Amino acid sequence: MVNLIVELSKYIMIILFAGYTYECFSVLGRKSKEKQARIFARQTALMYLLHLNAYVVIFAVTQEFAQILFYLAQVILITVVLNCYQIFYPKASRLVINNMCMLLMIGFIILTRLNETKAVKQFIIVTISIIITLLIPLLIQKLKFFHKLTWLYAAIGILMLGIVAIAGATSYGAKISFTIAGITIQPSEFIKILFVFFIAARFSASVKMKDLILTTLVAALHVLILVVSKDLGGALIFFVVYLVMLYVATRRLSYFLGGILCGSAASVVAYKLFSHVRVRVIAWRDPLSVIDNEGYQICQSLFAIGTGGFFGLGLYQGMPGKIPVVEQDFVFAAISEEMGIMFALCLILVCASCFLMFLNIAMQIKNLFYKLVALGLGTVYGFQCFLTIGGVTKFIPSTGVTLPLVSYGGSSVLSTLIIFGIIQGLYILREDEENEYGSKTGKRKKQSAGKKKKKETGFDTEFEKFSE
Amino acid sequence: MVTYLFLAIFICLMGYMVYFQVLRSEDFINSSYNARQDSFQTRITRGEILSADGQVLAQTNTDAEGNETRYYPYSNLFSHVVGYTSKGKSGIESAMNFNLLRSHSFVVERAVNEIQNEKSMGDTVVTTLDTSLQQTAYQALGTYQGAVIVLEPSTGKILAMVSRPDFDPNTLETNWDIITADEAGESVLLNRATQGLYPPGSTFKIFTTLEYMRENPDYGSFAFQCNGSASVDNTTIHCYGNSVHGAEDLKTAFANSCNSAYATIGVGLDKGSFAKLCEHLLFNKTISAGGIETTKSRFTLNADSSNGLTMQTAIGQGETLVTPLHMALIASAVANEGVLMKPYVVDHTQSSEGELVKQFEPTVYSEEFLTKEEASALQEYMQYVVTNGTGQKLAGASYTAYGKTGSAEFSSDKSQSHSWFVGYAHRDDKPDIALAVIAEGAGTGSTFAVPAAKQIFDAYYQ
Repeated sequence: MVNLIVELSKYIMIILFAGYTYECFSVLGRKSKEKQARIFARQTALMYLLHLNAYVVIFAVTQEFAQILFYLAQVILITVVLNCYQIFYPKASRLVINNMCMLLMIGFIILTRLNETKAVKQFIIVTISIIITLLIPLLIQKLKFFHKLTWLYAAIGILMLGIVAIAGATSYGAKISFTIAGITIQPSEFIKILFVFFIAARFSASVKMKDLILTTLVAALHVLILVVSKDLGGALIFFVVYLVMLYVATRRLSYFLGGILCGSAASVVAYKLFSHVRVRVIAWRDPLSVIDNEGYQICQSLFAIGTGGFFGLGLYQGMPGKIPVVEQDFVFAAISEEMGIMFALCLILVCASCFLMFLNIAMQIKNLFYKLVALGLGTVYGFQCFLTIGGVTKFIPSTGVTLPLVSYGGSSVLSTLIIFGIIQGLYILREDEENEYGSKTGKRKKQSAGKKKKKETGFDTEFEKFSE
Repeated sequence: MVTYLFLAIFICLMGYMVYFQVLRSEDFINSSYNARQDSFQTRITRGEILSADGQVLAQTNTDAEGNETRYYPYSNLFSHVVGYTSKGKSGIESAMNFNLLRSHSFVVERAVNEIQNEKSMGDTVVTTLDTSLQQTAYQALGTYQGAVIVLEPSTGKILAMVSRPDFDPNTLETNWDIITADEAGESVLLNRATQGLYPPGSTFKIFTTLEYMRENPDYGSFAFQCNGSASVDNTTIHCYGNSVHGAEDLKTAFANSCNSAYATIGVGLDKGSFAKLCEHLLFNKTISAGGIETTKSRFTLNADSSNGLTMQTAIGQGETLVTPLHMALIASAVANEGVLMKPYVVDHTQSSEGELVKQFEPTVYSEEFLTKEEASALQEYMQYVVTNGTGQKLAGASYTAYGKTGSAEFSSDKSQSHSWFVGYAHRDDKPDIALAVIAEGAGTGSTFAVPAAKQIFDAYYQ
């Protein structure tokens, strides 16, 4: 009987999630506010149903009454979040809110299945983080000095990274965290936000050669410290974010390509220099040949994904526990194994939808500093999703980063929620910008807003087309 | 641009996942390290393995208390190819483990089973093996240790695969300690047909002939005067039994299996290009045979090798080692006009009710394995072996036989040798079959392996 529920549910959950994902993209074509609102309402309903279905399975298998309480607590949290945004920030992007809640729910589901203690911990962390980050959009609107703190961002960033590099605890070969009063913090998760603010502040002030060189040096220092701490994933994210922001701020393709060239050269040097880089590459090339050592983790991950197949084995039917650090870096493999590749593909699309919204906001906002911030944070998010999903599926060598909002980990969740909060703040700022603009130009706004914007933003036309 | 770049990356990622699942995942799923396979056993009864002619080769019996035992009706006959699933896994039991533990039976029935907490029946694996041919091959080997493998050249289907000494998979668990202690040094569990490494003896002259043909387009004008031996530097090679073959061309030297001629040919060959040819012809390469465990054949000759070693190698002694599977594939490519088909042993899987689940189609291993001209030249030579040379015991049958014999010396005692035959047979009304027979220590190819091959051909074409 239980198996029947599990079997049926895996298909139902895929259908629900596919429906949800479809709405993520169908909403892009809709102009009318009412139609959009209807889509968002449908999404919310699908989200709750999927969550409910998963917990029915969890309860059916575990037969633990506590799971029902845990489920209800999650429903309350999500409901509160949805309502808070609606009440306090009616102008915030509903799509981003929905995606945020959906990803959190999927995280809760898979963590409950993998490790109940960690799931409860995660729930507490999320609750606290959400309370804190609910204030962020307000701060973004009220405080106007974010673009002036340029060197403060860099100073804090480099200092913290330096401390971790010297005194941090080693986990899986990388020095990335330290523990204060029982709480383990991974500073690079937060410093990447400061880093984006630093670069945005510098570039929005000036892109003259002299300033560019100074900015590049400071950025390079960040990356170097991360490389020394052996946090490859972190170093890569910082590097790519910097390149993308540099390109958009200067519009010089040669910088971007030059940067990629330097990056490739640096990768080769890193490969020759560091054994832990070589290990990752060997494990990536032919994991089965080194399954007893370097390839163990990636092989377990691929066993999980492969055996799960397109429709998954069903919750509790696989062996995701065989994958080392499955709750963190390899959570995607666990989802794919038990909920199916179809579900996992939808998950990628939802991440892509978030990323699109981030860049969409970046394109439309006029204040250059905030534009660069949105772009940078969007890149952080998108690239991190790519690194972790690409890593567990052996598309690229594994770099050991978390899947934002889904993976277990306080620093990861809090920093991602901060990013989402900032983006919401910028979204509201943009809405206000548009209204100001609208009231000044009066009736003309509707017909020519699109054309007008094209001239005023520093983006490509193809960008613009997309953003509409 | 940034947006598109990232979107492209996401799409690649999704495309890759689908690609992985469809094309690459089998390697991982079927890995013996994948612990997930066994977890299916709690809900699925391991499916049956059938021969191509519908006989049960392996099945799961469940007693009144629900205890399951795996039963192999043919006991020793299919021991290596079907394999075992207690004490680890081997053969088809290992290669198809995942398929045997998945159920595609009728959905409603499965649902009913789930509700009643009963196991569903796993899928049935239908092999390409032919029971009567397997029986003939098994008997043809007699009491000798060795291997027989029979293939269909046009498809790559493995029709029979025998390895002796063998074991009874029904009692493997009980006898495990005795078998693995291996006091007689017999390596009973080794599947000699795909994993046994043997010196090829004169069957290797097929390779030497090919290389000579490639280096000398006018090979037809080759002429040699055999005096019973050939010497270069300090190495002297004698013809078998010190025969003196007299005047020969390449075809007669091949049919007579003339060591003197071939040792002389060997010294004249470009060793580098010879090594390259052998690599192309699957030496030092893993041959995939539908998931059955295989071992790489070994060829070590290179540009720096001495003349002595080259002469030895050219006649199939020296350091060269081959598997019977490899040799059967060579014969099969000659029969199939130079095109090598990928060998496979599972034809399809079906649900316990007989509904087709997955069909395994014949696939080309190498289109340009041999050129058409090379294949037809070798066909002519291999037929001549039967009509005028060392394989004459195969002459005069209802079918046309082609082949090459071999007597592979394996110890310092020159009077002892493994008996080889590698070849195929043709008759218009049935698909060709190719085979390799090796009987350890059974003497010359023509004394034992040729009559053994004849029994198999006769049975197939009767």
